[in-house]
Amino acid sequence: MKKISTATFALAAVCVMSMFGGCGKQGSDSGLNNGRAQSAAEISGTVSTDGSTSMQAVVGALKETFEAENKGITVTYNPTGSGSGITAVAEGRCDIGLSSRDLKDDEKTDGLEGTILAYDGIAIIVNPENPVSDLTLETLARIYTGEITNWKDVGGDDAEIVLIGREAGSGTRDGFESITNTSEQCRYRQELTSTGDVITTVAGNPAAVGYASLASVKDSVKVLSIGGVVPSEATIKDGSYLVQRNFVLVTKTGGTLSPAAQKFFDYITSSEASEIITKAGAVPVK
Amino acid sequence: MKNRQKVFETAVHGIFLILGLITVGFVLLITVYLVLSGIPAMGRIGIFSFLFGEKWASTAAEPSYGILPFILTSVYGTAGAVIIGVPVGVLTSVYLAKLAPGKIKAAMGSAVSLLAGIPSVVYGLVGMIVLVPAIRKLFHVPDGASLLAAIIVLAVMILPSVIKVSITALEAVPKEYEDASLALGATPIETYFRVSVPAAKSGIAAAVVLGVGRAIGEAMAVMMVSGNAPNMPSLFQSVRFLTTAVASEMSYSDGLQRQALFSIALVLFLFVMLINAALHFFLKRERS
Repeated sequence: MKKISTATFALAAVCVMSMFGGCGKQGSDSGLNNGRAQSAAEISGTVSTDGSTSMQAVVGALKETFEAENKGITVTYNPTGSGSGITAVAEGRCDIGLSSRDLKDDEKTDGLEGTILAYDGIAIIVNPENPVSDLTLETLARIYTGEITNWKDVGGDDAEIVLIGREAGSGTRDGFESITNTSEQCRYRQELTSTGDVITTVAGNPAAVGYASLASVKDSVKVLSIGGVVPSEATIKDGSYLVQRNFVLVTKTGGTLSPAAQKFFDYITSSEASEIITKAGAVPVK
Repeated sequence: MKNRQKVFETAVHGIFLILGLITVGFVLLITVYLVLSGIPAMGRIGIFSFLFGEKWASTAAEPSYGILPFILTSVYGTAGAVIIGVPVGVLTSVYLAKLAPGKIKAAMGSAVSLLAGIPSVVYGLVGMIVLVPAIRKLFHVPDGASLLAAIIVLAVMILPSVIKVSITALEAVPKEYEDASLALGATPIETYFRVSVPAAKSGIAAAVVLGVGRAIGEAMAVMMVSGNAPNMPSLFQSVRFLTTAVASEMSYSDGLQRQALFSIALVLFLFVMLINAALHFFLKRERS
């Protein structure tokens, strides 16, 4: 009985994989793709990635299309956080680390190298009932440091501002605090452990303000413009939207990746992957 | 033949012993690991400033690692949950064990079991979406994520363990006690509260302790409703528990911060050990 079910499972897996393969070929155009499919037969293995939870959407989408085109290669993604991802690369526990902050100088001297995969805008979100729709970066910093505590001081209703943030060590929090220059001074009412929690909480409280990766913002919250600039692909790419950070791929300096990992790395940094990165909500470099 | 049987017996005996030792081994492993990884940070921070420091800022340039807010929050939160949850739980168990007609008892009993089986993340989610906004509107506070929200969630979460253990204790009260009370002219309600409940008090105490253990060890659900800011506890403030302090920062931590998190886990572990000791004490007294 057990043998039969294993066989059935294997058969199902093969079917599913061939379906994905079919999709991949349909989606993209001819010649180049055949070449890729052939070389994929030669390279097989597992590519392990580890790191930033903010990069989930982007890496998930890239992984899906890559695996569809390269049937022999499995990509794993372990959403542990930027810090853990960087440590994992340094300790050789994964092939490619994912960090939503730039590498620190001491990490670079410890033999790590960062490659920018994409830019990520951090959206400042409020409840849709909130009449405020624009803040300057400076006002934002004053709100988060507790200097401004009521919405009426920035043109909103008379209500105490509820500051929603992320937990200490989160890439998004680090990104937000370093951009607004408010490190260690934010007086959070709530420190939540995921982007989804931040969005849910802001959606449920008319006086709340929070920050979240632009890629994961939903319609349940209102995105503020900063200094009159609405976050979008164009404004992030040209740098006019100020609250943005880099999505970084972390590898060992001078180290060689496994053939499978190298192939994945080349694929996600190619201009071909740009469209997928855009669809996943981030802004590609190329 | 007899010899073969003996070998078989010994072998089975050995296997069972090994299986038992695996459990003991894990307990020892976790204890030793926790003590070894928890002690160094306490040494570096200083036990006094660690346990009684009022400020937690683990990622600041000049970090401070005071966990008094977490300890007090865990104590207040658990106490609050017990104050709300235990009366409800014990009275429910009196009803189910003594008063309820068969069908209602069966239906309610399975509802209680179901409550025990709901994953804590679901409690947290419902708390976050329903309870937190309700507290905000009801008490006119800027934000509902607070100690109160956590207390209410924990009170509901400890109900199943309190009810189930109390029922077992109440059902174990010898029928003769109640018969004697009824024969002396006491009404059924008088009998249950004057005779049955006092007779089952050790078991009910064990139920309470079990509830305390469940409440103090819960992380997921309280993390979602308590706001997680490391403030000194106050009913409508956002607070952080011992459990959530470990859980919320562990994934990103390194160096002394990580060691300090292990120290928090060690403190929590000691609390749970104390509670277990209390549980043993009550259960032993009930048996004798």
